[in-house]
Amino acid sequence: MSLVVKPKLPVAIRVAVTAVLAVIFLYVIPFVVPSYLVSQFATVLAFAIAIVGINLVTGFGGAITLGHAAFVALGAYTTAILVVRYGWNPYATIPVSAALSWIAGWCLGFPALRLQGLYLALGTLVLSITVPPILKRFDGFTGGVQGLNVGNPEAPAFLPLDDSQWIYFVCLVIAAALYVVARRILSGPLRRALIAARDNQLVGAVMGVDRATLTTATFAMSSLYAGVAGSLYAMIVGFVSPDTFNVMMSLSLFVGAVVGGITSLNGAIIGAMFIQFVPIWASDIDVSLGGLVFGGALIITLVVIPAGIGGLGERVFLWLCTRLGWVEGAGPVRAEAEAMGSAQNEPA
Amino acid sequence: MNLFASQIIDGLADGAIYASLALALVFSYRSTGIVNFAQGEMAMLSAYLVWQLMAWGMPLVPAALVSIVISFIAGALLYATIVKPLSHASLLTVVSVLIGLYLALNSLAGFLWTYTIKALPSLFPKAHLQFGSFTVSAETVGIIAVVGIVLLLLYLLFETTKVGLAMRGAASTPDSAILVGVSVPVMLLIGWGIAAALGALSGILVAPRVFLNPTMMFGVIIYAFAAATLGGFDSVVGAVVGGLLVGVVENLVGTYIPWIGPDLKIIVALVLIFGTLLIKPDGLFGRKKVVRL
Repeated sequence: MSLVVKPKLPVAIRVAVTAVLAVIFLYVIPFVVPSYLVSQFATVLAFAIAIVGINLVTGFGGAITLGHAAFVALGAYTTAILVVRYGWNPYATIPVSAALSWIAGWCLGFPALRLQGLYLALGTLVLSITVPPILKRFDGFTGGVQGLNVGNPEAPAFLPLDDSQWIYFVCLVIAAALYVVARRILSGPLRRALIAARDNQLVGAVMGVDRATLTTATFAMSSLYAGVAGSLYAMIVGFVSPDTFNVMMSLSLFVGAVVGGITSLNGAIIGAMFIQFVPIWASDIDVSLGGLVFGGALIITLVVIPAGIGGLGERVFLWLCTRLGWVEGAGPVRAEAEAMGSAQNEPA
Repeated sequence: MNLFASQIIDGLADGAIYASLALALVFSYRSTGIVNFAQGEMAMLSAYLVWQLMAWGMPLVPAALVSIVISFIAGALLYATIVKPLSHASLLTVVSVLIGLYLALNSLAGFLWTYTIKALPSLFPKAHLQFGSFTVSAETVGIIAVVGIVLLLLYLLFETTKVGLAMRGAASTPDSAILVGVSVPVMLLIGWGIAAALGALSGILVAPRVFLNPTMMFGVIIYAFAAATLGGFDSVVGAVVGGLLVGVVENLVGTYIPWIGPDLKIIVALVLIFGTLLIKPDGLFGRKKVVRL
């Protein structure tokens, strides 16, 4: 049981924090960091978008999905096919990817009306295993095993940016916009409805929360996020192939969501950095170390900090604000059981 | 007609392997209500263990038996160390831990035995048996026979022994079982042990067909999931019937529907799982879940 306190920082500190974040994201990463790392940070942002989607559906919707790479694949292939086969402008494909993934999410989320808990995890896992063979089978359209060469979008000539810096900024703008949208979705009555439906369906239903529709809508929304992430991924890498979007990608996104904090939108960026950089570092030491670290990190996070790194950070921040008196609103209000960690009494 | 018959027989052999892995899933699900996502990876490690024992000079059959026994112990240990402490945890925690285990075991195999494929010899001779007008490979008959015998032994264990009765009691009504003096944790321990042993059997049977590699169980576990879902996750009979059905359907679809063909057979599993869950979520033989409010 946590207290609902809204941090209210003094203006000076708020400005300072914003400035530091702005310097990091607008200057340090694109201009100071070596250029081969810049496109990796762009990938981090794309993964972060997909992870925010998982936060929505798994963290707040309570529906465990292990198959988000399927929607990332849908987005990536939508962009690739429209660009390669129909000569579209790559940026124009992003809304198409978003719409298609949203529709696919509704269609596949419909079984979520019936699939509860484990079965949804199982179904999405199987979906994710099925995606690469399907992509390979329709090779006339998808390019099969060879994949499709999308090419990296070039930076406009009037800007003093190289291609990887340009795509980084494109990802940054889209990620920021989607982050704000998720924040808006998760503020106010919808957040409470989601949490009620997640933690106690019966009570939620009595309060007039239609869990089925809500879950499907959340699932569709989170698929949209994954689809946009896929579009961006196709542009960053400049190439799509079926085996990229295998079950391992689904599971890494899940790992990222849990490690970053399943109910922490801010944690998504940490989770995304984890799944982008840890395998690269680990594979320098041993090929198999990456999976071992992922598996270990998943288990250790849940045992030691169930709220994830981001969730832990948010709590420490709140605690600090409370201690320093930087809060608004009077007195403690008992409310939402925020993290999954405190939702442990739900019937199995 | 011969093609049809031999496809059915081959399907039954595949199905027998799926059935043993599906049974492993069912055993852990019945005893603890958990779908063990790591079951396939455990089976893969068991198959590697056989290879390792043979590399150390042990003949195939004893190596397989030793591996099955060790898998039983490992399964019981897994229950005692990881699954039991999770008995009151949230679903997300349980799923995450099992996925973590899956990733870790997969990498462990790659770490210990590298990612290059290895050949594990088949338990059965390369001969062909002649039945009237058509031939069946000894392996196909052997797989069906071995799984059949194991099923018979399990049936005898559950229906005729006191341990079997206690295990059934512990799985169906744990509270009443405790009252009549059954040690429920021990029974669940044995349940997870049997599950791991069955998984090991499926791994050892499938390894000669697909070669040993850390991802070898991918194509098996997905059909085992489909089999268990189709039969009903809490039904032993369902897992066997489901496994055989999935094996036969998969083979027939791969042979007779050219649009799908052998590459896209995996879609059969997806369709079966979503179809079952949508039309009859409890499966063909599963009990309807009743929740007391």
